[in-house]
Amino acid sequence: MGDTSNIKFKIQDLNLFYNSFQALKSVNIEIEKNEITSLIGPSGCGKSTFLKTLNRMNDLVEGTKVEGSILMDGIDLYREMDAILLRRRVGMVFQQPNPFPKSVYDNVAYGPRIQGIKKKIELDDIVERSLKQAAIWDELKDRLYKSALGLSGGQQQRLCIARTLAVKPEVILMDEPTSALDPISTTKIEDLIIKLKEHYTIIIVTHNMQQAARVSDKTAFFLLGEAVEFGVTKELFSMPRDKRTEDYITGRFG
Amino acid sequence: MRETFIHEIEDLNDDLIMMGSMIESAISKAVEALTNKDVDLAQEAIEFDNQIDNKEKEIESRCIALLVQQQPVASDLRLVTAAIKMITDMERIGDHAADISEIMLIIADSDYTSHMSKIPEIAKATIKMLNDSVNAFVSRDRKLAKSVQKYDDVVDELFVDIKAELTELIRSDLEESNQAVDMIMIAKYFERIGDHAVNIAEWVEFSQTGMYKGTNIM
Ligand SMILES: Nc1ncnc2c1ncn2[C@@H]1O[C@H](COP(=O)(O)OP(=O)(O)OP(=O)(O)O)[C@@H](O)[C@H]1O
Ligand SMILES: [Mg+2]
Repeated sequence: MGDTSNIKFKIQDLNLFYNSFQALKSVNIEIEKNEITSLIGPSGCGKSTFLKTLNRMNDLVEGTKVEGSILMDGIDLYREMDAILLRRRVGMVFQQPNPFPKSVYDNVAYGPRIQGIKKKIELDDIVERSLKQAAIWDELKDRLYKSALGLSGGQQQRLCIARTLAVKPEVILMDEPTSALDPISTTKIEDLIIKLKEHYTIIIVTHNMQQAARVSDKTAFFLLGEAVEFGVTKELFSMPRDKRTEDYITGRFG
Repeated sequence: MRETFIHEIEDLNDDLIMMGSMIESAISKAVEALTNKDVDLAQEAIEFDNQIDNKEKEIESRCIALLVQQQPVASDLRLVTAAIKMITDMERIGDHAADISEIMLIIADSDYTSHMSKIPEIAKATIKMLNDSVNAFVSRDRKLAKSVQKYDDVVDELFVDIKAELTELIRSDLEESNQAVDMIMIAKYFERIGDHAVNIAEWVEFSQTGMYKGTNIM
């Protein structure tokens, strides 16, 4: 067990209920380290719900019940791990860039400060490193103390990624991270995601199938709470095994 | 549903069937002209090649537009990819039908029909392969596609027989050597048409399975 395997998450027979409504049905998936996995499927099929089980964001929703198990590095997320510590290891980036109404610097330093890092040189270092990793240092290095709200949407999103990276997570979850962005910003984020996989395991929800095909190693197709098909992205988009996947990705759905 | 897109894919499918039937008729014309010494029909077969070339260009630009505008995936992607490859083979078949008619026009004044060897058989066999490969595409019939690949051996053997027989003729009667060489060339064109029919059948298989000549190329 432990770190010897390449599997970051092993999801076994996962069911999730919002009160009596079952949003995830017997999901079995293995997510590899340093891979990009994309989740696709029609609206309401459970992508975001599944994504949020990986850092237990669903715990915050009243009436949710989870069955089955998710092992992260062999350890049961729901039974053997503290949710707060888990969320530090598994960061999340949302659809709408959501910078705090603070300076660029304070946005990135926010997490590390909460973790107890106080020294200025140390924080300076983290801020620079995180902004560089998020491929936005050159654009922001001269406006570190200006408000983050004055940035463009694409810059805000990369700042949010930098903010996530600042606390040194192992996994980054992204829920439709480019759906509010223009094509150029989208390209920048996609390039960034591909670069980041060298150090992180990344799971991304996207409605843009070309995006899934461009960036991800593996793809999971969800339908009505079920992970209908999961496999190598190139294979899933060229030769899907399940008729339902075929119908969805070729636009013959519904 | 992506209505427009699905409509375009159906149009592409129809176009491929159309081009398939065009090359079938090109070969039939060439064969009929050859066996009946019909000079007018041979001329028609040669001119018909232009229409086939135009159809190829039309399908080609349709495919490119589909790739750019629709970014097809899965079975649609395989169909468009296979189409681009198939029309190249179809166009070559059209060329060879014209080639056969051109030789026929050159030798039309001679008494070539007495030295046809097994050319009627090889013509029949290649027409069968071609019909089967087009039908395999139309009816998405992988078995039929496979059978075309096997049937190629029959055509290859016929070609070997024809070559042997006509080489013998050249040896025994130098007077006939020119005609014999022309006949061997005609037989060779039929043999090539058989190869292109095999290619079409292989792309039919690919469009359904993603496998081309036994390897997954997707
Ligand atoms: N807090 C909640 N309480 C009750 N039902 C919920 C809750 N959150 C989501 N659902 C339901 O669970 C199902 C899955 O929702 P989820 O947000 O995971 O879908 P999704 O695939 O991310 O959709 P989209 O593409 O629209 O973001 C939907 O039917 C949704 O209505
Ligand atoms: Mg969602």
